[in-house]
Amino acid sequence: MSYRYDYEVIAQWIAPGEKVLDLGCGDGSLLRHLMEVRQVLGYGVENDPDKLLACVKNGVDVLQIDMEKGLAGFEDGFFDHVIMSLSLQAMHNTQGILAEMLRVGREAVVSFPNFGYWRHRQSILNGRMPVSESLPHQWFNTPNVRFFTIADFDALCELNGIAVRERLAFDEGQLITEEPNFLASVAVYRLGRA
Amino acid sequence: MIQPQSVGIVVPQRARFTEPLPLRSGGCLDAYELVYETYGQLNAARDNAVLVCHALSGSHHVAGTYDGDPATTGWWDNLVGPGKPLDTRKFFVIGVNNLGGCYGSSGPIEINPASGKRWGADFPFVTVEDWVHAQARLMDRLGIERLAAVIGGSLGGMQALSWTLQYPERVRHAAVIASAPKLTAQNIAFNEVARQAILTDPEFHGGHYYEHGVVPARGLKLARMVGHITYLSDDSMAEKFGRSLRHGKAVYSYEVEFEIESYLRYQGDKFAGYFDANTYLLTTKALDYYDPAFEHGGNLPAALARASAEFLVVSFTTDWRFAPARSREIVYALLHNRRRVSYAEIDCAAGHDSFLLDEPQYHAVLGAWFDRIEVHA
Repeated sequence: MSYRYDYEVIAQWIAPGEKVLDLGCGDGSLLRHLMEVRQVLGYGVENDPDKLLACVKNGVDVLQIDMEKGLAGFEDGFFDHVIMSLSLQAMHNTQGILAEMLRVGREAVVSFPNFGYWRHRQSILNGRMPVSESLPHQWFNTPNVRFFTIADFDALCELNGIAVRERLAFDEGQLITEEPNFLASVAVYRLGRA
Repeated sequence: MIQPQSVGIVVPQRARFTEPLPLRSGGCLDAYELVYETYGQLNAARDNAVLVCHALSGSHHVAGTYDGDPATTGWWDNLVGPGKPLDTRKFFVIGVNNLGGCYGSSGPIEINPASGKRWGADFPFVTVEDWVHAQARLMDRLGIERLAAVIGGSLGGMQALSWTLQYPERVRHAAVIASAPKLTAQNIAFNEVARQAILTDPEFHGGHYYEHGVVPARGLKLARMVGHITYLSDDSMAEKFGRSLRHGKAVYSYEVEFEIESYLRYQGDKFAGYFDANTYLLTTKALDYYDPAFEHGGNLPAALARASAEFLVVSFTTDWRFAPARSREIVYALLHNRRRVSYAEIDCAAGHDSFLLDEPQYHAVLGAWFDRIEVHA
């Protein structure tokens, strides 16, 4: 079981007893945390066999579904929150999944690594693709397929009529309020239907 | 972890019931017998019992051997035993031959007390619900008020699902594997071909072939051959047999040329040598009839509202007879009812037969799920 500081951020947006869907839930740590601190009815979606097995071992209910194909089986508005923690950048169908999250959920919670983080910019200026705590892979083995900044994501939300209800940005676990697109390595959004 | 072991030598047991069993067909069994086997120990709290439901051709003989003969190994021996995913050091596991079967429970080959002759075609239609009803009475007999879990694959999965609807208070967990909430028309079509093969065999004699000293072996063989095609995937057949020719080239004959022909004939003959044709007919009809949503206007979520168990649903990527989409129907219907459910879609090339194999991911998921189930020491 791993624990990440963004779990606390996400937990504070979740009310006790909510129905929560965690897309790309990994080993189920976040859901486990939300079950413990918020008593949620939580389901994970995970298509990786090893991670799915880890969820079962962690006592987290998990569904093996390829979310690139959408969330067709889930009912409109069934979940209070649909979470995608540090997985959006690894999805091809970015707009499709955001729309699906806000179809099946009242609100969506999305976190992603900020490609515009100053260390990443510095790396590019030095001629190399960034490798950092938030982007830990090499260019040749990264699972990430979309590289975008906080500003890019804001623009996409604007374009797709997605309401940004709250946005928190972090670097090394510290909240960043000034110049987040430059100074934050990770952003966490609370999204709704505009 | 210990090295997985066999449960060893097992002995079937028999329970006789004299309280009439009303059947969904409108008929009734005044008295009946069930043969069953158990593995492991029922704990003092009686909360560690797991019922294993069998599919079309299975039986009560789930695990272990008779007299140590490996040829008599139970049909799900790779799953059940000390150190295996369904660990008999923790659980008390029960296998039971369903009514209408041909392995010792009341069925067409047994004597009808009313006539003194074998039941044959007079054995009443039995359904998944009837089987579960009878299984529940066996649990009563064994002193098991509430099952830790019920598990089954294919038709066995339908029984597991039905347990959660007929006796929601009596089952804590249900594993529904390679199954479906009802058969499709295509699936019923395969069953109908199998039945017609049997029903039109000249030696069927209206189901009373025992009295004629014959069995409709040709029909049963054809039925099994059709079944086997649907239990395998195109890929697994291609891998196992391909277009391999027995003589290395075409010899223009209706004898066995392609290896797949040899395999199907062998499987068909073997099956016809030990299985009962009337049981095959009854069991395929039970499959066809199963449809818990029927009484809810086809609304599966409404049908599953009664369930309170925690579910594990498993499907296999290459299973086209009980395709993953059919398992997902169960998953989404359970979600609608806010039930706890996990769903694994196992990448395995073996088609519907995958559920009987010990594919590592499949067994790891089952093992982890069974580990989660809390029982008293």
